[in-house]
Amino acid sequence: MNGLFQHAPVLPVVIPLLAAFATPLVAKLGKTVRRTWVTTALVGTFAAVCLLLWRVLDSGIQVYVLGGKSSTLVLPSGMAFPVRILFEVDAISAFMAFSGSLVAVAVGLYSIHFLRESSALEKHDVLLLLLVAGMLGMELTGDAFNFFVFLEVASVASFALIAYQRKRPESIEAAFKYMVISTVGALFVLLAVGFLYGRYDALNFAALASWMELTTADKLALVLLVASLAMKSGAVPMHMWVPDAYGEAPASVTALLVSVSQASLYGLFRVVFTLYGLEMNVLVVGWIIIALGLLSMFVGVTMALRQHDIKRLMAYHAVSQSGYMFLGLGVGLAVLGDPVAFGAYGMKAMEGGIFHIINHAMYKGLLFLTAGAIFLRTGTEDLNEMGGLGHKMTFTTVCFIIGAAAISGLPPFNGFASKLLIYESVYLFNPILAIIAMVVSILTLASFVKVFQSAFLGPKPEGPQPIREVPVFMQVGMGVLAVVVVLFGLFPGAVLDYLVHPAAQALVNRAGYIVQVIGGGM
Amino acid sequence: MFEAPLLAAAGLIIIGLFAVLFKTNLIKIAIGVTLIESGVNLFLITTGYRKGAVAPIYTLAPEGQQMVLPTPQALTLTAIVIGFATTALLLSLAVALYKHHGTLDARKIRRLRG
Repeated sequence: MNGLFQHAPVLPVVIPLLAAFATPLVAKLGKTVRRTWVTTALVGTFAAVCLLLWRVLDSGIQVYVLGGKSSTLVLPSGMAFPVRILFEVDAISAFMAFSGSLVAVAVGLYSIHFLRESSALEKHDVLLLLLVAGMLGMELTGDAFNFFVFLEVASVASFALIAYQRKRPESIEAAFKYMVISTVGALFVLLAVGFLYGRYDALNFAALASWMELTTADKLALVLLVASLAMKSGAVPMHMWVPDAYGEAPASVTALLVSVSQASLYGLFRVVFTLYGLEMNVLVVGWIIIALGLLSMFVGVTMALRQHDIKRLMAYHAVSQSGYMFLGLGVGLAVLGDPVAFGAYGMKAMEGGIFHIINHAMYKGLLFLTAGAIFLRTGTEDLNEMGGLGHKMTFTTVCFIIGAAAISGLPPFNGFASKLLIYESVYLFNPILAIIAMVVSILTLASFVKVFQSAFLGPKPEGPQPIREVPVFMQVGMGVLAVVVVLFGLFPGAVLDYLVHPAAQALVNRAGYIVQVIGGGM
Repeated sequence: MFEAPLLAAAGLIIIGLFAVLFKTNLIKIAIGVTLIESGVNLFLITTGYRKGAVAPIYTLAPEGQQMVLPTPQALTLTAIVIGFATTALLLSLAVALYKHHGTLDARKIRRLRG
C-alpha cells in the first residue's frame, strides 16, 4: 500500500500507456476480453487519479522523480550529470486529471456499443488509451520538454482518431488540417522550450520559474507558448480546426477531445501563472487572455447559430464556452499583482474559470455523446433531417436536456454555478465583459433550443430504420456524465471547497510550487 | 561564427512556415512541416554547442577536454522520433486524400467550410 502511495503521481500515466500497448495482444483473446481490458484500464486510471487527488489535497504537492535521485548526484565514475524527469502534481494538475479521466471512463463505456459496427476496433482502443495517457501526462508532468512529448503523444493519437472513419473523405481532410496546424503549434512549443533551455540550462518548470528574468528570449518563449497553447485549446482566432476535428471525429472521441484540448489550456495557465507569474506584466498578458476569451465566446456562439450539422454546432459552442475559462482566469491573472483587487474578485474569477473547466468537460462530453446516440439511430448529423426523436429515445432526450440546460447556464445545473461566479466577479473588474458573457449565454440557450426543437420534438419519424433507444452501455456512459452534471449543479459549494478552491490556490501559489523542487533539495 | 547555425535554423523555420502557409500541394505542405521541424531541431542542438568541445560520451572523453551538452542531444533525438511519427502519419493522410479525390491540390479537396 505504501508503494502504491509513493508511485501515485506516475500511475495515471503508466496504467493507460502499458494497457494501450498490451491491447493488440489482449484483443487476440476475443472481443469481450478486450472490452473488459480497456474498460478496466480506464477505470483503473480514474482510480489512480482519485488516489493522487486525495494525496495532493491531504498532504500537499507531490513530486515524483524518474531517473537520478538528486540534482547533485555524482555517479561512481565521477560523472556529475543526473538524468531525471520530475512529475510535480499540485491541486490544479490533480483537478484537471480528475476531470479528464472521469470523461475517459464515460467515453470508454459508451464506445463499447457505439463503435460496435466499425472495423479495427483494437486499434481504436490503443489510440484511445494513448490519448488518455498523453492528456494525463501533460497535466501531471513538471518538466517542459516532457510536456511537449506528452502533447505530441496526445496529438498524434487524436489525429488518427479523427481520421478513424477513413471511408469519409471529410474525416481525413479534418485530420490533415488539424495535423498541420497542431504539429506546427507543437514545434513552436518545442522552440520555446529550446529558448528557455538555452538561457537557463534547465527544463524543470519549478527551476525555470525560480530563475526567470524575463530577457528578450524569455519574452519570445512566452509569446510562442501562449500562442501555440491557445491554438491547441481552440481559442479564436486560431479555432478553425475545432469544428472540423470535433465534427468529423466519432462522437465518443470528440467527447474526450474536449478534455484533451483542456490539457493544453492547463498548460497555458501553468505557463502564465507558474512559469512567468509576477515576473511579467500580468496586466498586459491578462488582458490578452481576456481578449482571446471574449473573441472565442462571441465568434464561437455566432458561428454556432448558423450551423445545421449537430456536431459542428456543438463544436462551435465548445469554442465559445472555452472563452469563459479564458475570461475567468484572465481576469484573475490581470489583477494578480494587486492584492486588494485579487482578494475582492480576482480569486473568485479564477475559481469560476476553473470550475467552468470541469463543468464544460462534463456537459460538453455529455452533449457530444447524445449527438453520437442520435447519429447511431438516425444515420445523419444534419438537424434538418431529424425530428421526433423524443418519442422513442427518452433517455437520450433527458440527457440532452440536462446537457443543454447546463451549457446555457440554467439553474440548477453545473454550468449555472460556474457562470454565476464568473459574472459576479468579472462584473467588478469590468461590467462590459460580464454583460458580453451573459449575452453569449443567452445566445447559447437560443441555439440549443433550436437543436432540441428540430431533433427531439415534432411528429414521430417515419424513416426507413425504426428509431429506438440506444444500447445499455451507451446509456451508462451518458448517465455517468449526466449524474455528475446534476450533482455538481446541486452541490456547487462542496465542489468549490474540495476541488476548485485548492486548484485555484495552487495556480496562484507560485512560490510553493518552486520550493517543492528547489528548496526541498530535489 | 557562432550565429551561423542559429541563422540557418531561423531560415529553415521561415521557409517551412512559408511552405505551410502558401503552398496548396499537400506533399509540399508536409515538406514545410518537416522543414520547420528540422529548424527547431537544429536550434536545440545549437543550444548545447561549445566551441572545440567533443561528443558527450563520458568514457571516451580525453583528459581536460570540454564536452558539448548531452541534454539537447537527447531532446533532439526524441524530437526527431516524434517528427518521424508525425511525418509518416501526415503523408499517409495525404495518400488517403489522394485516393478519395484523385488530386493533392488543397483548393480542390476543401469540403469542410463555415
